[in-house]
Amino acid sequence: MSEHQDTVALQHQFDDAEQQFEASALGMWAFLITEIMFFGGLFTLFLVYVSAYAQGFAEGSRHLDLTLGAVNTVVLIGSSLTMAMAVWSAQVGRRTPLLLFLALTMLLGLAFLGIKVVEYTHKFDQHLVPGPGFRLESPVANHVQLFFSFYFAMTGMHALHMVVGVGLLGVLLVQAWRGSYSAEYFNPVEISGLYWHFVDIVWIFLFPLLYLVARHT
Amino acid sequence: MSTVAFERKVNYLNVDHRVRSWLLTTDHKRIGILYLLAISVFFVVGAVSAAIIRLSLFTPEGALLHGQAYNKMFSLHGITMIFFFLIPSIPAVLGNFLLPLMIGARDVAFPRLNLMSWYVFVLGGTFTLIAATTGGVDTGWTFYAPYSSIYSNTNVTLTAVGVFITGFSSILTGLNFLVTIHKLRAPGLTWSRLPLFVWAHYATSLIMILGTPVVAMAILLVGLERVLHIGIFDPALGGDPILFQHLFWFYSHPAVYIMILPSMGVVSELIACFSRKRIFGYEFVAASSLAIAVIGFLVWGHHMFVSGQSVYAGLIFSLLSYLVAIPSAIKVFNWTATMYRGSVAYHAPLLYALGFIGLFTIGGLTGLFLANLGTDVHLTDTYFVVAHFHYIMVGGAITGFMGGLHFWWPKITGRLYPEVWSRAAALLLFVGFNLTFFPQFILGYNGMLRRTYTYPPEFQVLNVMSTAGASILAAGYLIPVIYLLWSLRYGQAAGPNPWEAAGLEWTTPSPPPASNFDKTPVVTHEAYAYEEAPLPGVPEVGRV
Repeated sequence: MSEHQDTVALQHQFDDAEQQFEASALGMWAFLITEIMFFGGLFTLFLVYVSAYAQGFAEGSRHLDLTLGAVNTVVLIGSSLTMAMAVWSAQVGRRTPLLLFLALTMLLGLAFLGIKVVEYTHKFDQHLVPGPGFRLESPVANHVQLFFSFYFAMTGMHALHMVVGVGLLGVLLVQAWRGSYSAEYFNPVEISGLYWHFVDIVWIFLFPLLYLVARHT
Repeated sequence: MSTVAFERKVNYLNVDHRVRSWLLTTDHKRIGILYLLAISVFFVVGAVSAAIIRLSLFTPEGALLHGQAYNKMFSLHGITMIFFFLIPSIPAVLGNFLLPLMIGARDVAFPRLNLMSWYVFVLGGTFTLIAATTGGVDTGWTFYAPYSSIYSNTNVTLTAVGVFITGFSSILTGLNFLVTIHKLRAPGLTWSRLPLFVWAHYATSLIMILGTPVVAMAILLVGLERVLHIGIFDPALGGDPILFQHLFWFYSHPAVYIMILPSMGVVSELIACFSRKRIFGYEFVAASSLAIAVIGFLVWGHHMFVSGQSVYAGLIFSLLSYLVAIPSAIKVFNWTATMYRGSVAYHAPLLYALGFIGLFTIGGLTGLFLANLGTDVHLTDTYFVVAHFHYIMVGGAITGFMGGLHFWWPKITGRLYPEVWSRAAALLLFVGFNLTFFPQFILGYNGMLRRTYTYPPEFQVLNVMSTAGASILAAGYLIPVIYLLWSLRYGQAAGPNPWEAAGLEWTTPSPPPASNFDKTPVVTHEAYAYEEAPLPGVPEVGRV
């Protein structure tokens, strides 16, 4: 049965399953490099500004909710663990744990997004969203506004990637439910896992940059 | 006569005639054709806007367009030509068609992604064309902040969205090529046996993958600034517009190499084939593509010598910019060395390749003037710059594209194009191009500024020359369109290998069958195994 699936899943441009797997893994790694460059542009800009406007950025950083940020970090690291478990379940061809871990990862991803919505709402209420509605009594209010421009651009872009990731997990879940994956064929789970870990790592950089570093400068 | 036998064979073109089979195809050859059609539309838009600009500059006070209308016209020209024609031109058309054939593969690594990249391209193009027809954009193709992010009242957001979307099509193409070249080479096709066209596309893919995301971020931030007023480049908040220029040129300078490297790959193939010789210094030509890609990422600051960036940064960028000349010159010298004592047949593709070498050399050497901190201060934002980059992008990249299109036209369509007409068109292109753009070097040196609709009356003679040249250039592009279309129906059947060329792509029938190779080829030698003998059946025109 597994052999039948193997031939079904092999696309015509590949000679064998190994070549197909290597190609898709390399493709995902190349894509992640484009993502690094994409976020890299923003990180570079942020680092330039944080060194130029240390005071304003520190003040902006103090307006962030450290507790919620820390909780979210734990949630995401947990989701990386469950994702790794999902990939392992796929590799050994165990459907029930695969479904369980995919669902858990998805839930943790949604929890992260939920907490992010709460944080964003607070910022709206406190008039800390950059633009005409920004209100803050501070000698460096402009630089704080710049900080929040980065905060929303960076975490927003990250959240968008999370949404895509949750969508991918949904597709994997449906496919796994239908039994499309086996110990011989689990490419989509593995390469989606790479993506998920990457999005987590972006947050691992964002959290200290936005919530911690600026706080003590 | 031979058309009957020709029609009977099942190939990628006649395997299915329904429109649906084209719009849902995952065949890399058909996707190449889809790209050819799409970029042709943008070429027409870009060319017509260029013609209007040249006509308007016929008189010193602006014969057709004034102020804002002129700004919108050169912006439209730049945006369509760069993002929607030059960047996809050779990679997405010839690269898509030829890469799998050249490496003995049945398709690219991700065929569905390949089709998706075409749809993404068309979507981005649609946004941009809608923006152009509903008021246009006046920022130039460079979208400099804060003008683009705060002050311009034109359709910047919509255009930026279009360019942003199209960037993804470029990334997906680059990613596909990279994986294809790494993982799908036929048995025996080692890296040192790879055709130089493939090496050039490998280097191009690296730039697409590493550079495009950065400009995507820069343009996204401009868009966010316009829509949400977040203000990262807004000087009123302490934002720094020069940082936009850094991010923009980090991609947009390497983007020049996205345009020129594939063209260099084409020229390497043409020179070797029509000189009947192994390319001189294969390893150096291959490595110089990678060197150009790598060094190309370290020179962006030479666009910003007068922007207010640090003088010390300027010094480093100037030095690094000079370094790009080395791998570029290696290529030019190796091509000419290949022709030396070769049995040279002056077919149209070779004429285009020779045109490329001449024009690229002029474009490259004048680039050195601009890499120099001192002369650049004098020449910044003058027509000298305009002439320089047109020599590279039009004289280089598009001439190479035309040469490649002629060379592989028999493979793509199964038909030969008319030889006499094509040689005439290649010459016309060369003459028209030089007449159009050489006067602009002089104009720029004498101080005529770019992006202005008026100029001092003493510049009129050279401007009239340039406009006259543009009309010859237009004929040089129009004539091939006519005879290439004509050849689709009336051209001679080409046979599998009309040029007796050595690459793997010529071992398939013309046009190739849908799955490329009946049996995966096994490669035992490199792609330039020429016998060093004249093309049989072709009168030898000359020896160099």
